[in-house]
Parts: sequence; structure tokens; C-alpha cells
Amino acid sequence: MSARTAQSQVQTPTRARSRRRRREGLQGYLWISPWLIGVLLFTVGPMLASLFLSFTQYNIVASPRWIGATNYINAFTKDRLFWGSLGRTLLFALISVPLSSIGSLGAALLLNRTWRGTSFFRACFFLPSLIPLVASALLWRWIFDPRLGLLNYILSLVGIKGPGWFSSAEWAMPGIIIMSLWGTIGGSQMLIFLAGLQGIPRELTEAAEVDGASRWRRLWAITLPMLSPTLFFNLVLGIIGALKVFSVAYIATEGGPNYATWFYLLHLYYQAFRFFEMGYASALAWIFFAVVICFTILQVRLSKRWVYYEGAGRE
Amino acid sequence: MSEQAAIRQAAAVPALRTRRRATQGRMGKVLWYLGAGVLACVFLAPALWGLSSSLKDIREVITYPPYLIPHSIQWNNYLEIWHRVPLGRFVWNSLLLAAFGVVGQTISASAVAFGFARFRFPGRDALFLLLLSTLVLPQEVTMIPTFLMFNAVGWVDTLKPLIVPNFFGGGPGGAFFIFLLRQFFLTLPRELDEAAILDGASSWTIFWRIVLPLSRPALGTVAILSFLYHWNDFLGPLIYLSSTEKFPLALGLRYFQQLPAEGGPPQQQLLMAAAVVMALPVIALFLFAQRLFVQGIVSSGLKG
Repeated sequence: MSARTAQSQVQTPTRARSRRRRREGLQGYLWISPWLIGVLLFTVGPMLASLFLSFTQYNIVASPRWIGATNYINAFTKDRLFWGSLGRTLLFALISVPLSSIGSLGAALLLNRTWRGTSFFRACFFLPSLIPLVASALLWRWIFDPRLGLLNYILSLVGIKGPGWFSSAEWAMPGIIIMSLWGTIGGSQMLIFLAGLQGIPRELTEAAEVDGASRWRRLWAITLPMLSPTLFFNLVLGIIGALKVFSVAYIATEGGPNYATWFYLLHLYYQAFRFFEMGYASALAWIFFAVVICFTILQVRLSKRWVYYEGAGRE
Repeated sequence: MSEQAAIRQAAAVPALRTRRRATQGRMGKVLWYLGAGVLACVFLAPALWGLSSSLKDIREVITYPPYLIPHSIQWNNYLEIWHRVPLGRFVWNSLLLAAFGVVGQTISASAVAFGFARFRFPGRDALFLLLLSTLVLPQEVTMIPTFLMFNAVGWVDTLKPLIVPNFFGGGPGGAFFIFLLRQFFLTLPRELDEAAILDGASSWTIFWRIVLPLSRPALGTVAILSFLYHWNDFLGPLIYLSSTEKFPLALGLRYFQQLPAEGGPPQQQLLMAAAVVMALPVIALFLFAQRLFVQGIVSSGLKG
């Protein structure tokens, strides 16, 4: 009798606790269930499906036919546009992202003041990034108009005969880069840098100033190292974002002229939704995924060399 | 040299330095205003040029050399665009997609974030890791099977594929919003929850009465970003929609591009007017909710 009472006294709290645990767990699952369903239905499921499809020939009408690695082999060896579009996309990312990062950093350094009018200038720099990509692509088509456009008129004022921009195979890519710089330099990156600059402790710069460090020296020895995590994030995300360049080229140039702006996702889109080569396009999607992953890993590796994290020992 | 003179000289040096600094400072300030002003003009010029084109007469648009201020301002262009193409329809569809996006994503993301932030359950950390990894996953990898799935259930060429995923933590930026809100919920003091639990509050009450009211700024950030992503989305509508009356603005704008192909003269001024109509709500949102807007942009920089 007394032994039983003692036993139940020991058991009850643990059992109650485990029941409460179970209830908490169930509730947790209930709260995240929308996402759980969504991620299975719209992410994990489709990923597996696209991996399967990438080994098949599938045009929606007939059912998928297993063809092994043929799609991948074709992409690497037969598809005349594959390497070109991949290279073009990498070129675009590797030129436009560093330029826009440097530009944003410069703009942030310039506008990191408390003088009158600073917020007005910030707003001016920021405005282009507010304009929806579609609208900005149409706007720049008009600015780049070889005969009537604003840009070639301005160039003619300083005695330069402007190129054909989007109608010239040589100048279409620089045009797209200029357009994207216009929309990104004053945008989120600049704001992030400004926030980063404000996060630098004043004591550091002041101490350096007292020690007689010049402005350049302070920039190189304090500001840039302190900003390096920000810079790193901007570069990683910028490059991954730039690899996805699509709508701008789709609207402004439709990949032309003569495939000069035929970017990777444009190629994928055409294969999938114009030619309905769903199997081949899935293979292209997985190759793209691999490229994105490679870039992410590469940048995380590189970051250890030159990113300074406050409070973390250097390796 | 007398001692006095030496002292005077020593005192004069800093004075000289400060004076030189002051002039340097003034010069620097002038140069700064000049530089920032010129750059601001460079950034503004394309947008102003588009705005000016949208207010020009068709003959003025094709006049060379171009000029910024229209001779006679053609407000009429802004009326004509609504007749030329079903622009009202496009705007309506855009608003519809954005509204469903904002509502769906804010509700689902906050609920899921609450689950991740406040409950312990087996597999939670692994699932959260899965959530984080979907942040870097390009949507393009899942695009094709998702399309095939919606095609199979007959949802292609309806707005449903662009609406429904928002209610399941998906849609543009969906996973990021969950992450953002979860981080925010973690900063809220747990003592409030515990006090409420002692008073017999259910988890729903805690969510609805305590967590959400305390999270207004974070929810505002999510709502603004969600609006932007949906309003600007081009690829989604491009893939799923084919009939004109279902187009949002992002797709519909291209109609103005094709007008000349119908045999009419080039209608650059109408195209620009329509582009201004598309940009205006975003700019208005920025002006009205500047602080939240900037906060959102800065935090979304983590996503890109």
C-alpha cells in the first residue's frame, strides 16, 4: 500500500511531464503544418520530381521516357547555346556584382553624413531601385534607343557617336549591365552599407584620428575591415541573384541580338515553356542548382580569408 | 629666441591647423554637395526622362534633339492608356495577387514562425535547417514540376498557382518571412507567455493576444516586402497565365510594346505612362511607410 503510493507519487510527475511534452510537440507541429505541407508539396516533392524528370524525355503530351544521363550529356556536348548562355550569365554576374558592390559602398561612404540634405540625396539614389524591373526594362529600352534615346543624345553632346545598344550584339550586354547598376547601386546594398557604417564604433575612428591616421588610412584600416562581413553578404547574395537574371533580358532584348543576352534562365525558360522539353529543362535546372551551390560554398570558403568578424579569433 | 616667443609659436601651430581645417572643411562641404548633386542627377535623370516622355505629345516624343520639359503637357496620355489596352484589368489583377500574397504570407509565416519559436518538438531543428536551406534554393529548380502539378489539376491560366502557395509558407520570399518573424518572436520575453499560461491561456490566445500585437513592426516589414515581391513578380505570371484578361501589370505592360506591331505609330509616351502607373504604388508605399520600408529592404538584403 505504502509502496504503491510512493511509486505513483514518483510516476505521476514524469508521466504528466511527458504528456505535456507530447501535447506541446503536437501543437508545435500544428502551428508549422501550413509550411510543412507547403514545403513537401511545392519544394521537396518538385525537387525530387525534377531530378527524376532530368533523366527522361518528356513533352507533357506523352508520358516521360527514361533516357539516362542523355539530357546532361546533350547539354554539355550538343546544345550549342548551353555553354554560351552559362558563360554569358557568369560574365554578367562577375562584372555587374563587384561594380554594384563598389558603387554601393562608395555611395554609402559619400552619404554617411549628417549634413543638411543628406536624406534628400539618399532618396534620390534610392529611387531607381524602387522602380519595378519590368517598368525599368521598358524605360531603358527607350533611353537606349539608338536614334531618339536620351543616352546617345548626351553622348553626342560630348562628341561621341553612341552605339546601337540593345540592337547591337556588342553593346547589348553592357547595356543590360548599366541598366542593372542603375537599379542596384542606390538600393538595398547601399542601405545595408549605411547601416554597417553606423555600426562602426566611433571610438575606433576617433582614436585613429588622434593618432594622426589620414582619411584613406582610416578607410583601409578600420572602415573596410569592419564592413567586410556586410560586403561579403552583399557579394554572395548579389552573385546568386545576378545568376538568376531573367526578366530584364526577356523584356529588354529577348535574348538578342544574335543571342548576345541569351542568359541561362532564358535558355531554360525557352526549353521548358516554349519547346516543352520538360526533361531537358529539368536537367538544365539541376545544372543551374549545382552552379549556385558551388558559388555559395566557394564564397563561404573564401570569406574565411578576408572577412573580419568582430569578437571572433582569426584562423 | 625667447621663451615667450617659443610658447607663442607653439600655441599658434594648432590655431593655424584648426583654421586650415575649417577652410578645408568648407571646401570639402562644397565639393561634397557638388558631387552628391551631380550623382543624384545621374540617378534621377532616367526616371525623369521617362516621366517627361509620358507627358509628351507623340510628335514631341520623336523630336530630335530631345528635351526634358514637354511644350504642352499631355495629361491625356494617362487617360488614353486605360482605353488602349485593358489596363484597369491588369491593375485589378495585380492588386488581387498582391492582396492575397500579403494576407496569405503574413498569416502563414507568422503562424509557422510562432511554431518554430515557441514549441519544442522532435525534429524541430532539422526542419528549421530545411527551412534555411530553401532560402538559397533557386525557385527555378522546382519551377517545372510545380508547373506540371498545377497543370495536372487544371490550374494553369488561373490566378490560383500564384495565390495558393502563399497560404502555405511559400510564394516569393515565403521561407524568408518565416525566418524573419521567428527571429523576431525569439526576442519577445517568454515571461509574458508563461504568465498567460498560468492564467490558463491557450497557445492561440498567446499568439493572437500577446505575440502578434507585440510584433507589429516585424509584421509590417513582412507585409511591405510581400507586396513588393508580388507587385513586381514577372516570372510566375509569365509561366502560368496566357489569357490577357488575367494578366497583372508586370505582364500587361508588354502590350504597349507591341502596339506598333498592330500597325499604329510607335506609342512610346503611352508605354512610359503605363510604366509610371506601375511604379507609382511602390513609390507611394515608400513615401508613406519609409521607416518600415527601409527596415524591410535592409533585412531582405540578407536574402537578396
